Amino acid sequence: MHELSIVQEVVAAITERLGDSRIAVVRLEIGRLSGVVADAVRFCFDLVAEGTTVEGARLEITEPAGRARCRACAGEHEAEWLVVPCPACGSVDAEVLSGKDVRIKSVEVVSACAGPADVPP
Amino acid sequence: MCGTCGCTTVTVALEQRVLARNDDLAAVNREWLAERDVVAVNLMSSPGSGKTTLLERTIADLAGDPVVSVVEGDQETSRDADRIRAAGCRVVQLNTGAGCHLDAGMVAAALRDLAPPARSVVFVENVGNLVCPALFDLGERHRVVLASVTEGEDKPLKYPHMFSAADVVVLTKTDLLPHLDFDVDTFVRNLAAVNPRATLLRLSATRGTGLDAWTTLLRAWVGWMNGAFVHLR
Repeated sequence: MHELSIVQEVVAAITERLGDSRIAVVRLEIGRLSGVVADAVRFCFDLVAEGTTVEGARLEITEPAGRARCRACAGEHEAEWLVVPCPACGSVDAEVLSGKDVRIKSVEVVSACAGPADVPP
Repeated sequence: MCGTCGCTTVTVALEQRVLARNDDLAAVNREWLAERDVVAVNLMSSPGSGKTTLLERTIADLAGDPVVSVVEGDQETSRDADRIRAAGCRVVQLNTGAGCHLDAGMVAAALRDLAPPARSVVFVENVGNLVCPALFDLGERHRVVLASVTEGEDKPLKYPHMFSAADVVVLTKTDLLPHLDFDVDTFVRNLAAVNPRATLLRLSATRGTGLDAWTTLLRAWVGWMNGAFVHLR
């Protein structure tokens, strides 16, 4: 369950970058070749966010396919999974070009929230 | 809208890699090791594949040429560290508790405790697990993955992240082959299907067969060839 460590890093990185700002939405990009399971990330997100500025935030995840370059014929192809035979020559000896990263794309920060107590009557 | 007072939200682009912190620490470890001419080997496998037994045998066979020290990673207990210490080797035990893998920060602290000498090998015996440790760079120079013949030929296909990231795969417990249906050729084909570039070694650490290729490889990695120091970098 390395996803727990991944989510802890996500929450730590956001609170480090944005201080006390309250977060309404977290957008993650989990590459299909990353070895990180989006459902497992969703499973532990609320638990890790509890008690932080990220608590209650909505989690949006995109899972882009990867790209690989065949070492046999030098052709590039899309890779939905780590081991995909080259569609041109069938070789599985490929260099992964993208799709292994997990990234925090962006967050929605609640701006100037007065809170109900500060709203004048 | 925040849902409490109706205020708006602002989008802040971060574009930050989640494993950046670990990878930065791994890069520091790699530099620290390179400055000291120390070769770190990240040893990974499922529990019970024979990592500790291979290390015991390796320490005995290398006999100090080169010096070996070990970082032991387990969820609990110092049983493996006790075995390595008994084999006559410096060792630091890391217990991850609930954690399923070692990360670069843990290894950084352990390396400083170990203080390995120049032109030596540090083995980092990762937590027994074919999934999570594959994702965490520790700053090692080589990734070695063990698979024992009792585990079945299909392990590389089932755990492609682990096997595709290895530069060496060691098939262990080969002395048991006469008692099993394990087909070595099928394992070789399955490994080639996920990692055609890995070097495959076959050995039995308890019987001492196939160890020469392993110890020769280790000596080559630290630059010791025929007793003379060769700077590989």
